[in-house]
Amino acid sequence: MFDPTSIATDQPLLVADNLAKSYGRLPACRGVSFKLYPGEVLAIVGESGSGKSTLLQMLSTQLQPSAGRVSYRMRDGVLRDLAALGEAERRFLFRTDWGFVHQDPAMGLRMAVSAGANVGERLMAVGWNNYGKIRDTASTWLQRVEIGLDRIDDAPRTYSGGMRQRLQIARNLVTSPRLVFMDEPTGGLDVSVQARLLDLLRGLVTELGLAVVIVTHDLAVARLLSHRVMVMQGGRVIETGLTDQVLDDPREPYTQLLVSSILPA
Amino acid sequence: MNAPSYNFAYLDEQTKRMIRRAILKAIAIPGYQVPFASREMPMPYGWGTGGVQVTAAILGPSDVLKVIDQGSDDTTNAISIRKFFAKTAGVATTTRTDEASVIQTRHRIPEAPLHEGQVLVYQVPIPEPLRFLEPRETETRRMHALAEYGLMHVKLYEDIAKFGHIATAYAYPVKVAGRYVMDPSPTPKFDNPKMDNCPALQLFGAGREKRIYAVPPYTEVVSLDFEDHPFTRYRQNAPCALCGAEDSYLDEIVTDDKGGRMFVCSDTDYCETRRAEGHFGSANAPETERADV
Ligand SMILES: Nc1ncnc2c1ncn2[C@@H]1O[C@H](COP(=O)(O)OP(=O)(O)OP(=O)(O)O)[C@@H](O)[C@H]1O
Ligand SMILES: [Mg+2]
Repeated sequence: MFDPTSIATDQPLLVADNLAKSYGRLPACRGVSFKLYPGEVLAIVGESGSGKSTLLQMLSTQLQPSAGRVSYRMRDGVLRDLAALGEAERRFLFRTDWGFVHQDPAMGLRMAVSAGANVGERLMAVGWNNYGKIRDTASTWLQRVEIGLDRIDDAPRTYSGGMRQRLQIARNLVTSPRLVFMDEPTGGLDVSVQARLLDLLRGLVTELGLAVVIVTHDLAVARLLSHRVMVMQGGRVIETGLTDQVLDDPREPYTQLLVSSILPA
Repeated sequence: MNAPSYNFAYLDEQTKRMIRRAILKAIAIPGYQVPFASREMPMPYGWGTGGVQVTAAILGPSDVLKVIDQGSDDTTNAISIRKFFAKTAGVATTTRTDEASVIQTRHRIPEAPLHEGQVLVYQVPIPEPLRFLEPRETETRRMHALAEYGLMHVKLYEDIAKFGHIATAYAYPVKVAGRYVMDPSPTPKFDNPKMDNCPALQLFGAGREKRIYAVPPYTEVVSLDFEDHPFTRYRQNAPCALCGAEDSYLDEIVTDDKGGRMFVCSDTDYCETRRAEGHFGSANAPETERADV
């Protein structure tokens, strides 16, 4: 089994190198470089259309960059250029060492399949062949995300919005990924439901030592979850730093505007 | 006699060559679904036009054809297809499994063991075993290409979660030659073990979906399962009321309007052959035995 202590935390897990993406003449994202370390939570913030999702999709190999490169330190400790991975390797990475939590749960869940099978699917995909063990593991994860075991055989289409997001999280975490991507995971939820989800996420991220890249336009989410923040505007990263530092004492006028308008209190 | 107004076995030679190429490719890659340019046949899709096209492509003048539907040689569907080829190819037909060189089937594999040199042609309505959970064709193709078959177990998991056991009774998924997962067409899972290491060539034709796939002779065919919920064969727990067979797949037949029913072999040739050999069941026991009852 993978031993998380075997990879030194002073070596980056994910490296973005001068990433760019254009849609025709529109530069949706340009010149983005950063390093993400094991256990680190990075929030990407910025107004609508600033390129957050585009960047996240490039980082997670769902979108091919127009320029630049993304590298990832595999479980064997070797940093690999993701563009050079074969499709099978990439898909394997995606359902083992990575997670992706979508804003729209229908994109991250099988809505017509029971919660237990939604969580168990990754295990079955990596060859688990014992029903009892799959179900036990799924049960454990449902409990960890505060879903009652009486709902294990219900399909997520019968779940509330908050439950669906928690199920997505369980489905992703069951294979002990080291890196989880999230695109507006709390978007569209009621404030009280959001708060509970954020609380849960914060607990799991700390407990499991997960590295996370989370896209949000809600600075409160960034403040609560992230260690570092990257502020995007017009496809560029205009400011980056420790979360408290950037949000409490923004240097860029745009960030100041963002902070003051969204966090009026 | 009038000269036949169709080509041998109805399809033109070019079409048959195209289908044969698909069949050869299918044999070369056991369990892999090969696309082919399915033709209109003078019968509706529900009648197994995929199987009919495969049969048409492989028949030769010296072949002996058997056609079964749900195990029976006598349903309208089976009779029509048999007549179709008797007329368009002039081939001999039979109801005897052991005498046939080509057997076209819908929903069953004969009980009598198949032998080398025979070809079993299945009529397939839906060739894609992953469709149940993944409707996107691009995605299922990728899953086959990368042998990502976790989803197949998701389906079995759902069965156990809902019913306490793997309730899939027909079209039970199999893995062929350790590589491709395949839908065996809507045969009962009772028949699955017969596909494994079978001396006969098994060909599958899906007309509407334009796919052909194959299991070459003596190929490993394994039914998917969980180690704590292993694959089990299912058969009604009764002997055949006509021939007394305890090893054959049974159909339930309603005998009167007062709830009377009996179980008989679904494979009519198997049942008749056994009766001709002197076997009998509860419904046709000789007088002496009946007196004891
Ligand atoms: N597939 C596409 N084709 C063309 N333009 C696109 C495409 N996807 C995104 N864009 C454009 O690229 C820019 C960045 O989009 P992106 O979705 O990354 O923004 P975002 O920061 O995630 O916004 P939001 O907060 O609204 O989700 C926008 O101008 C958008 O219209
Ligand atoms: Mg977005």
